[in-house]
Amino acid sequence: MSLYLSCDSLARAVGADEVALALASLDLQRTSSRGLYWLEPLLEVDTPQGRIGFGPLTAADVPSVLDALKGEPSAHPLALGLVEELPYLKTQQRLLFARAGITRPLSLDDYRAHGGFEGLKRAVDIGGDETATAVFDSGLRGRGGAAFPAGIKWRTVRATQAAQKYIVCNADEGDSGTFADRMLMEGDPFLLIEGMAIAGITVGASYGYIYVRSEYPQAVATLREALDIARANGYLGANVGGSGLAFDMEVRVGAGAYICGEETALLDSLEGKRGIVRAKPPIPALKGLFGLPTLVHNVLTLASVPLILAKGAQFYRDYGMGRSLGTMPFQLAGNIRHGGLVERAFGLTLRELVEGYGGGTASGRPLKAAQVGGPLGAWVPPVHFDTPLDYEAFANIGAMLGHGGVVVADDTLDMAHMARFALQFCAEESCGKCTPCRIGSTRGVEVIDRLLAAPDQSARDEQVIILKDLCDTMQYGSLCALGGMAPFPVVSALKHFPADFGLQSSEADQ
Amino acid sequence: MPDEMLQLPMLHSLLERHKGSAGALLPILHEIQAGIGYIPDAAIPEIAHALNQSQAEIRGVISFYHDFRTAPPARHILRLCRAESCKSRGAEQLAAQLRERLQLDDHGSSADGNISLRPVYCLGACACSPALELDGQVHARLSAERLDALLDACREDV
Repeated sequence: MSLYLSCDSLARAVGADEVALALASLDLQRTSSRGLYWLEPLLEVDTPQGRIGFGPLTAADVPSVLDALKGEPSAHPLALGLVEELPYLKTQQRLLFARAGITRPLSLDDYRAHGGFEGLKRAVDIGGDETATAVFDSGLRGRGGAAFPAGIKWRTVRATQAAQKYIVCNADEGDSGTFADRMLMEGDPFLLIEGMAIAGITVGASYGYIYVRSEYPQAVATLREALDIARANGYLGANVGGSGLAFDMEVRVGAGAYICGEETALLDSLEGKRGIVRAKPPIPALKGLFGLPTLVHNVLTLASVPLILAKGAQFYRDYGMGRSLGTMPFQLAGNIRHGGLVERAFGLTLRELVEGYGGGTASGRPLKAAQVGGPLGAWVPPVHFDTPLDYEAFANIGAMLGHGGVVVADDTLDMAHMARFALQFCAEESCGKCTPCRIGSTRGVEVIDRLLAAPDQSARDEQVIILKDLCDTMQYGSLCALGGMAPFPVVSALKHFPADFGLQSSEADQ
Repeated sequence: MPDEMLQLPMLHSLLERHKGSAGALLPILHEIQAGIGYIPDAAIPEIAHALNQSQAEIRGVISFYHDFRTAPPARHILRLCRAESCKSRGAEQLAAQLRERLQLDDHGSSADGNISLRPVYCLGACACSPALELDGQVHARLSAERLDALLDACREDV
């Protein structure tokens, strides 16, 4: 009888290692996580019908679970039945996270038994032109937040002549509420390696870097081990997957600077400098790392490529809506009952995600708002929850999908505090290159403090005007998305929750 | 400082190893900090020389990144996540609990060198907020009681 328990860092942070210790003498495999985090630590057991689950477990539950397995497993109070029949999982469309919770992260055999390296094989067979075309035709857009069409970047880098080109994977997943990159790197590292290898041989880059934030030490260690295994098996090196082309890569670790998630600051950091944002143009595809053509993509973008090659561009673009094609791993976080990863085609509504999958707030209190797309995303009030999760639909309501993170808040969260925090965070993390971001963020914190301390309506009105004006300057005058989008949570909080700022709704609308 | 001088052979072999690799400054700084616990002053001219950069450039990089320390760390480092997801699950109350119990501010270090507090903005544990990292280990689904228990363990360990 095989038992499975996740070795994901968040499963471990809620006690998976203690459960593993209690199971010590049994045949236990440590797999990736299903992403059903509210059930972690989640123990799965093979049965003729499929894997059944128990969770969330503590070490103290282990003896009773083992007893139940000898008799009637479903009688255990923490029994979940067949894990893949759980509605939360069964209704998902897991393309990118197809192996999540099933395979062992560093088992090449597991990876290959579940479709691994089929994309690379296909890319080698069809050659660079057709591979770049497949990426273009799939409609894949950058998953880091900016949603730029990936195929255009690939064609640009491929067409640019240079003695050396690079692939850079942006794994500086700093946005609160997002953890899909971490899950993928810790749980399915070969998928990212395969995606980067395909990118390398396609655009003619012989070297790559994965820039991982230092807050993810387990992802760093897993990737480094996976790179050694991949190299030893011919998936990296002088003859990638039998292509006759060379590609290798290394993992670089960030050092706690949020701004290094911005692609040009990341490139400076990789060069060994302060993470300062560069003005564009030139775009990194033409002049990137060390001034050479560089394909920069988020983890999820690169990890989508093997599947697109293996199953074809049409298979991928059959998912999604409008210009948002394929699937998106949404991440449910914050004050949410069922926090976890929900991979679905674009187009389901925020309400289906938060209320359907998420089950509402963890506290059981009324839902106040959800911040979508990280700390630079707008706070979306429940009246907008029927908006489909689609890049353009979110842009139309003054919000953004970003990297797909959703932070849910109940009615106790003070939106004036959160607005102030957004600007304070921006001040702390600004690289300092452009004035609207460097100075505007600090002045913004001061204006919010004055607004909250204002004695009467006319004093409040005055501060609201200054704050909106400042946000406008930051949004349109900043060099990158940090200063340019930090106003989103501020303006949305002010618009939808004026009472938190001591304002009548009419005052905030002025 | 004499204890820093003892580290020079280690420093030289480390710099020798990284010399050929492009953009090696962050990996070098990480490795020094992992070995010594911080970036000693004496290391800066050595790094500058090895990379053919000015000392000002090296110092500029060290001060830019939150992770790099230029003084020895406390015995325990507790980083409470203060980002949106954890705030929506009571991180501010936990922060107040820490300040109150340890009599330190959010960036404070205890006078006996036992514990340092640092805010952190996201540990990727957002599905089970609130979370903190204590000596490199992440703890999620925190409660006031669990925080107290973790602090007790730090104190007993002196």
